[in-house]
Amino acid sequence: MLYLECPYCGVKGEETEFHAGGEAHLKRFGPGSSDQEFESYLFARENPKGVHFERWRHVNGCGKWFHAARCTASLEVFGTYSAQTTEPPKAIKDAISAKRPGWRWRDFS
Amino acid sequence: MRKYSVFAVAREALRDHTGWDRAWPNAAPKKRYDVIIIGAGGHGLATAYYLGKNFGITNVAIIEKGWLGGGNTGRNTTIIRSNYLQDPSAAIYEKSRSLYETMSQDLNYNVMFSPRGVMMLAQTEHEKRGYLRTAHANKLQGVATRFIGPEEVKKLVPIINLHGPRYPVLGALWQERGGTARHDAVAWGYARACAAMGMDVIQKCEVTGITKENGRVTGVNTTRGDIACDKLGVVVAGHTGVLADMAGFRLPVESLALQALVSEPIKPCMDVVVMANTVHGYMSQSDKGEMVIGGGTDGFNNYTQRGSFHHIEETVRALVETFPMISRLKMLRQWGGIVDMTGDRSPILSKTPVEGIFMNCGWGTGGFKAIPGSGWAMAELMAKGHSPLTEEFSMFRFREGKFIDESVAAGVAH
Ligand SMILES: Cc1cc2nc3c(=O)[nH]c(=O)nc-3n(C[C@H](O)[C@H](O)[C@H](O)COP(=O)(O)OP(=O)(O)OC[C@H]3O[C@@H](n4cnc5c(N)ncnc54)[C@H](O)[C@@H]3O)c2cc1C
Ligand SMILES: [Zn+2]
Repeated sequence: MLYLECPYCGVKGEETEFHAGGEAHLKRFGPGSSDQEFESYLFARENPKGVHFERWRHVNGCGKWFHAARCTASLEVFGTYSAQTTEPPKAIKDAISAKRPGWRWRDFS
Repeated sequence: MRKYSVFAVAREALRDHTGWDRAWPNAAPKKRYDVIIIGAGGHGLATAYYLGKNFGITNVAIIEKGWLGGGNTGRNTTIIRSNYLQDPSAAIYEKSRSLYETMSQDLNYNVMFSPRGVMMLAQTEHEKRGYLRTAHANKLQGVATRFIGPEEVKKLVPIINLHGPRYPVLGALWQERGGTARHDAVAWGYARACAAMGMDVIQKCEVTGITKENGRVTGVNTTRGDIACDKLGVVVAGHTGVLADMAGFRLPVESLALQALVSEPIKPCMDVVVMANTVHGYMSQSDKGEMVIGGGTDGFNNYTQRGSFHHIEETVRALVETFPMISRLKMLRQWGGIVDMTGDRSPILSKTPVEGIFMNCGWGTGGFKAIPGSGWAMAELMAKGHSPLTEEFSMFRFREGKFIDESVAAGVAH
């Protein structure tokens, strides 16, 4: 069972309060991009065993999308943060570094 | 290795069963093999077996980080069917189902294949239309399956409630030669047969890195030393993302938890497999009498082999409407496996950007039924560089938009 906190309304709840929305911080490619970029954006995924960044939605609450940093090997949640960003904030990265020194995820570390 | 037979049973009966050999030797890694297969689940073992049997390639190691068959192969609900919608799927799944028919004889190991029939309930108009379409497609593909009405459903499954208020039974897709098999025995039978051909089945040996030179694979690093190889087959289901990362590419695969549970054993009450895809639940009765129940996947990436309780609750709640008698059953055990889901819910059997590395993954929630067919096709792909059964399942189909979309037809892909 997963416990998350909505960064907008501050509600803490177990996972049925929320809905998982897949990998976070995807860079979108559209017309004019190469086939490989388009495929990579649409289908290729990190799918890591360990630190992961995801999109979640507070479906049974304020309805807003947000981001979560989580460990897929232990289900530990490192923190949640606003959807209005293309990169996890420093506080979240520091929280992860404290628990998983040397972690990396795409270009983040 | 001595053959198992009725004479062997009689002989051992006369000497208190003191003469049985170990089913297979526990090998230690050598320095080099022609082919290394990572993952001793059903698909990895079957790949190795057919490399030896069909192509004479026996300098092979199958490397497993845990114990043989301890991944999804030992955690699934063992439904076997082949009535998929798309031609490439029907071809590989039907090849597989037909190999199950003779697997016990072929491997000299009783895998308890039980072609008791698989019934996929249509519980919405949409689903009924979908299954009618599949039945027509199967006719063209030469897969024996047909659509049956509610009366025939009731005749085959007396404990069913046809008139659930929310999910009435409108008919079913019925495959008479589908069924179940003993999951562990499939892994053990292939392992024994591989060992008999001189292959090394190496347990408790985790692959931690893949070595390459000039874009070609040269071997693997493991917790028991480095091992060289010419060709590498990666067959690790839920850990596909981890191994792809070691090899240096990404795949359209996500790892999710899928759960199953069994009830206390009861007298025989249902002698077919029933799947209810609209409500994400399916059920069969084991030889021990337990009702074996499975559901849908969780929604988020997970490597813990534990799923969330509310999915169990949803599955059971939905099944109780269709099978009211199970509402009084106590559930005994529940467990989870990590399934590898692809973008179009079809598997990947493919060459990769690294020469010499072949991937077999993406069987997701429904790959137990595919074990022999997948091994057969993967062995051909690795030995000859191509196989008619794997052509459409290349990992590069996502770039071309040539999906093999089974999710629309099946809802759940078991
Ligand atoms: C609850 C549940 C129910 C299911 N029900 C059905 C069903 O009814 N019908 C059906 O057809 N399918 C079903 N499936 C799906 C089916 O179980 C799988 O598709 C199939 O077993 C996959 O087999 P595999 O050999 O590819 O993987 P696995 O059996 O998971 O084997 C992969 C192996 O690779 C090993 N490995 C991973 N990483 C490494 C490493 N770094 N080094 C060495 N070894 C490694 C793992 O330890 C594992 O043993 C179900 C799955 C689950 C979880
Ligand atoms: Zn909220």
